[in-house]
Amino acid sequence: MRKRFEMLSVLLRAIAALALGTSLAGCAGGGAALRGTGDLGVVIERADGAVLVVENSTRSILGRIDGLGDLSHAHAVFSRDGRYAYVFGRDGGLSKLDLLTRRVAARVMQAGNSIGGAISQDGRLVVAQNYDPGGIRVFDAGSLELLADIPATHGDGTLRSKVVGLADAPGNRFVFALYDAGEIWIADLSQPRSPRITRFPGAGRQPYDGLVTPDGRHYLAGLFGEDGIAALDLWQPQPQLRRILSGYGRGEQRLPVFKMPHLRGWAVAGRRAYLPAVGRHEVLVVDTETWQEVGRIPVKGQPVFVMARPDGRQVWINFALPDNGWVQVFDTLGGKIVASLQPGRAVLHMEFTARGDEVWMSARDDDRVVIYDTAHLARVGEIAARSPSGIFFASRAARIGF
Amino acid sequence: MDYRIGRFRVLAAVLAGMVSCAAAPAALAAPDDERGRSLVRLVRQDCGACHGMLLTGGLGPALSPDALRDRPREALVATVLGGRPGTPMPPWRGLLTEDEAGWIVDRLQAGFPER
Repeated sequence: MRKRFEMLSVLLRAIAALALGTSLAGCAGGGAALRGTGDLGVVIERADGAVLVVENSTRSILGRIDGLGDLSHAHAVFSRDGRYAYVFGRDGGLSKLDLLTRRVAARVMQAGNSIGGAISQDGRLVVAQNYDPGGIRVFDAGSLELLADIPATHGDGTLRSKVVGLADAPGNRFVFALYDAGEIWIADLSQPRSPRITRFPGAGRQPYDGLVTPDGRHYLAGLFGEDGIAALDLWQPQPQLRRILSGYGRGEQRLPVFKMPHLRGWAVAGRRAYLPAVGRHEVLVVDTETWQEVGRIPVKGQPVFVMARPDGRQVWINFALPDNGWVQVFDTLGGKIVASLQPGRAVLHMEFTARGDEVWMSARDDDRVVIYDTAHLARVGEIAARSPSGIFFASRAARIGF
Repeated sequence: MDYRIGRFRVLAAVLAGMVSCAAAPAALAAPDDERGRSLVRLVRQDCGACHGMLLTGGLGPALSPDALRDRPREALVATVLGGRPGTPMPPWRGLLTEDEAGWIVDRLQAGFPER
């Protein structure tokens, strides 16, 4: 009896192996051979509600995923294994995209007006930051089930603020700023269904974006309503709010700001942080040990993104209207601008490959993504994309603050 | 019922459009086709950075016909050209002429073109 059972078991295993072999062969025939995602990324086609799945090494498009709603100001984060991209749409849509099958694995409409999101240190939580209703919402990264809803209340408790500058911090914490209330909040989501909130009122007028440093230690919120940056040291058991770069405009009238600068995608290179000056043609340089200003870089226009190449040797800067056709490259060793490039019309975003050999830039009004070699500052390729905006590579999966 | 409300809204939008057109100065220089297309693009893409590409709002308020219908045209043109101090809304004077700002406001109040 026992022997017969073993024979049956062997037979079943053989059939299973045969079936698996057949299905794998079938997959290979269909073009979906086994592969990783470390070389992949997504490009937002903001006007079409679509996302391109791209491959770095071949500089090619692997596929397009449509039907993702209003992707103006869309943002993406990645699952730990780099397989899934979570795309946050302006209309509140949160889509979990499978980069391998190029399908929508899950999708929820989670708010009326959303501005981006973040993923937790342990990869289990995806958090959306919303303008309307103002607050953050916490989702299970697997199923996109809602785990917690944290309204950004202020004043008498009935007002709700738009949330900006959401960043992940070690310990499954998330830090964000309340634009209308001038506050910074830390949400400890180590128990996701019972969030613990620490509020920091008086952060400053109209925080517009935030970042966490690559080591996860410092959270910075840029202020629009005054010249300065609010900072928190997240390593401290009881972080204290402090103000850095106060009055960097020296009381001078600032220029009209045609596009809000972004801090996400930080530029911390070595021990220096490079930050956009609001309403000025300058990048501010700050020492991250002392948080004192140590320099200013005059640039072509009002900076929007100030991004360090992953090794910190270069800082790339793009600009608001009317200078959004320019990109400048700052050499952190030589301490000067070494290139002023014109990659295309309306350069909205830049993304470095994982080790920084290339940078991909979206030229919205040319309907293409332009690719530069960062060592030679030379154009090496392009891919066609309709009104491309954000570019996000899967290597973000392994980085704090991305 | 919803249908009738919808119809009424369409009618109101058309009337608002007619009124604002009637109120516009006769000498308003309509931008040529190419400039018109670039203005539509500017509103969708660049104003859209704060107001949303579908103009449903973002850091800045919604610019839908519903949101703007009852606002005086001259005040809206003044906001476009002069900005709103104390908010991130910048003055677009310098990038837009007065006629172009009026052209944009008329279209926002009537329902902005897609492209």
